[in-house]
Amino acid sequence: MFAPALPPKFHDWFAARGWEIHPHQEEMMARSHEPSLLLIAPTGGGKTLAGFLPTLAELSAGGHEGLHTLYVSPLKALAADIRRNLSTPISEMGLPIRVEDRTGDTPSSRKRRQRADPPHILLTTPESLALMTSYEDAARTFAGLRRIVVDEIHALAESKRGDQLWLAMARLQRLSPEMRRVGLSATVEDPGAIAHLLARHPDPCPILQADPGPDPEIRMLETEARPPWSGGGGAYAIPAILDEVRRHRTTLIFHNTRAQAEIFFHNLWLANEDGLPIGIHHGSLDREQRERVEAAMVQGRLRAVVCTGSLDLGIDWGDVDLVIQVGAPKNVKRLVQRIGRANHRYNAPSKALLVPANRFEVVECVAALEAVKEHDLDGEPRGPGPRDVLCQHILATACAGPFDADALFDEVKTAGAYSGLGRAQFDDCLEYCATGGYALRAYDRWQRLMQDTEGRWHLRDPRAAQLIRMNLGTIHDSDKLKVRMRFGGGRPLGEVEEHFAAQLNRGDTFLIGGRIVRYEGLKEMVVEVTRASVRKPKIAVFSGTKFATSTQLSHRILRMFQQENWPGLPRHTAEWLALQREISALPQPGRLLVESFPFEGREQLCLYGFAGRNAQQTLGLILTKRMEEMGLAPLGFVSSDYATLIWGLEAVTDPAPLLDRAALHDGLDRWLAGNAVMKRTFRVAAHIAQLLQRNAPQARKSGRQATFSSDILYDTLVKYDPDHLLLNITREEAMRGLVDFGRIEEMLARVEGRIDVVRLDRVTPLAAPLFLEVGKVPVEGMGRERLVEEEAERLMAEAGLS
Amino acid sequence: MLVVSDLHLGRSERMARLGGASLPPYESFETLERLEADIAACDPREVVCLGDSFDDSAAVRGLPEAITDWLVRLQAGLSWVWIEGNHDPGPVALGGAHLGEMRAGPLVLRHIAAAGARGEISGHYHPKARIASVSRACFLLDRDRLILPAYGTYTGGLRTSDPALTGLMRPEALAILTGRQARAIPMPRR
Repeated sequence: MFAPALPPKFHDWFAARGWEIHPHQEEMMARSHEPSLLLIAPTGGGKTLAGFLPTLAELSAGGHEGLHTLYVSPLKALAADIRRNLSTPISEMGLPIRVEDRTGDTPSSRKRRQRADPPHILLTTPESLALMTSYEDAARTFAGLRRIVVDEIHALAESKRGDQLWLAMARLQRLSPEMRRVGLSATVEDPGAIAHLLARHPDPCPILQADPGPDPEIRMLETEARPPWSGGGGAYAIPAILDEVRRHRTTLIFHNTRAQAEIFFHNLWLANEDGLPIGIHHGSLDREQRERVEAAMVQGRLRAVVCTGSLDLGIDWGDVDLVIQVGAPKNVKRLVQRIGRANHRYNAPSKALLVPANRFEVVECVAALEAVKEHDLDGEPRGPGPRDVLCQHILATACAGPFDADALFDEVKTAGAYSGLGRAQFDDCLEYCATGGYALRAYDRWQRLMQDTEGRWHLRDPRAAQLIRMNLGTIHDSDKLKVRMRFGGGRPLGEVEEHFAAQLNRGDTFLIGGRIVRYEGLKEMVVEVTRASVRKPKIAVFSGTKFATSTQLSHRILRMFQQENWPGLPRHTAEWLALQREISALPQPGRLLVESFPFEGREQLCLYGFAGRNAQQTLGLILTKRMEEMGLAPLGFVSSDYATLIWGLEAVTDPAPLLDRAALHDGLDRWLAGNAVMKRTFRVAAHIAQLLQRNAPQARKSGRQATFSSDILYDTLVKYDPDHLLLNITREEAMRGLVDFGRIEEMLARVEGRIDVVRLDRVTPLAAPLFLEVGKVPVEGMGRERLVEEEAERLMAEAGLS
Repeated sequence: MLVVSDLHLGRSERMARLGGASLPPYESFETLERLEADIAACDPREVVCLGDSFDDSAAVRGLPEAITDWLVRLQAGLSWVWIEGNHDPGPVALGGAHLGEMRAGPLVLRHIAAAGARGEISGHYHPKARIASVSRACFLLDRDRLILPAYGTYTGGLRTSDPALTGLMRPEALAILTGRQARAIPMPRR
């Protein structure tokens, strides 16, 4: 095939702006005929334009009827932003091209029109695309489609939103056989894995690597104040960070959790004596607030923004010249991508500072710096496409019209993530969608999907289509409540988790959007607050995502421990490690260090598994249950990314039987079955597979009748139908995510029974910070009951009723 | 006398019939298992079901035989009363007496609490209260009335702070939380 050239007016336009076409943009143009093509380019490399140039060139001659290119990005904001950016070349070159965006925020009248009369270029999100393919007229909407451009594909590849997209693309390819696929990705450790997801299986997918640009300038921030032994805020570094903000034009200050970002922002303001304009941005803030900060950023009115992963992607902040990461980066790849947020100019090095929040994080930061220098990125392989997403896709397919099971199976297998799917697994999902998939064939006559005389599947009740469409999507926010000011027009501030709101009593103060507010009450499921004039909030923490340190980074830390001495570490940290080696031992790769010592009147057991926070937490749950059975009287435990500390009444002298692989597996099945983390995992799968539908049209919602407790559904399934598809999916999900049992297995495989037990008479330097960790878990099954009892007695006494 | 309210038998079947998701059809087993255990523990002469025993009248007809057989077995040797609810208004094809409401000495038993009533036991609202960040189904008690929690397995609940409940109960009302052990607290009103 000939290589398509860029029309002359494009060259003129570039020249008029004084721009040069980057080599990778030219190559994307030259190879635009490829059925699939993945571009890996650093931020600021003109990636999006590279993706769109072939579309603009193909459409510039006019004559194309209907939709030509679909652009899918994980962010709604990005769709709107790209529409604005495209309008410049289109209007300046006078191209006959119509561009529109379509997200959850698009008015429904325009959405309807877009289906009947689609623009040439449609910018959208995976959820909106899944919805469009679920309509009966999808074949007509997508008839002329030539290209699909998937932006930030590296981010989508890590989530179920991506899996939903790959399935929708398989469908689109059937509707529009001429569709070519383009993926745009940031730097990743395994481009081949992403190419596999992007291409139609088993087609090949060439990968185009843009010049990665110069290495970033990155170092650890050295401060006068020593980092504390434990904790996560990084408050000790605030004076040094303010100095850096003063020295730079615009600084992004990343935190790992929203709570930490809030606390840090609050403390930063208290210390901000020159009143530098600094904003805050995270996913729990109200959209209006976030947009205000974004607009101020674009206009260059802010000197710094305290933020979380919500700024990992998207909008190009031209003027950022410094990125500060507070807290250990946990994951080298994410760190590299974050650093890329600074200096969005091609071929200019990004500048970044790491601020360890505590002593152990100093070690982790230095390990991460080495990894960045060596271009050693991390990533956990994601495994095959999850079946809860497939179930949702089958239901969405049925909404669009009758389908043939064989044809759908073939189509699903063209999605790379599902290429290994077996027919029996597919049939299980189909069966679940049709009847619920229960061992008890209770209500087959009310099944959701029925077969017609030709064997094609369709919805039994066409009304179900509306419900299914309303519940498409895989984003699962744990139940959140909106927060509003009670007076002054009820201004929305953001969201908090429901369980956080439940702990609040009237008059309690907490932080949101960098301000302290007072809880006044809950009205129609909205948390009402008023302005509070205290300096310190009573309650500062609401939970956010806690990432676990990656396997690769954990291994690197273990290797670092083996050094004779540590010239690369600050002296205080090097001395700490040396002391640990002298008193006990440092953990080694391929072995498991277990310390046992008395402290604070209890027997302590510390296991340095280096399996990441979630897996160490799960390990704590399973081990304490086992200890209970063995009469070792455990009382509680606490976990960090590298260790689990268990306290109890009896000393554990031989931990080997506790760590027996078969016994731990047994624990996963028996002890974890009733655990809240398993129930949360089930809830997500139940919502995605639409066993539970959280959205209903207003008319059908009848107050209390609408709510079902997913915990109770889970309990009855475990009791009466333990082999149900959704329980199998839940067990599969437990291998990663919050339960992360896969990393316990990785640890056991790495250790292979080589356990070093050290018995000491006092606490060791490496274990000491664990005593300061938050999130201690009491072990008794009666713990919760005891809390209820104490609280009940207090309330009764307060009311004078006891 | 054993009084239970809002069994909502056949709930998952009703949801499926209405075109919603197919919930696990095990809630009726679970509910009857508990009822059987409570009957064994209390050894009552009379059992009163305070309405909404079935999710709707179609649910009664749609119940699997295993469930109806089980109910018949439970009823053996007991005086059994079905009070009418708002979900299951018509008389049902099962044994037992069917009443709109019922008097027992100084007490009146009905499905929905009536304003101004005295000595009343009712159900309907599925009250629940939150304490120490767990939500529990609860009884609501003051000197006029007792409102029972829902007995059924897949039943949602109404917070005690809802105006429907705060308007009904006296200021000094108690919420008695269900759980491993019943616990009384002042009825949460916010």
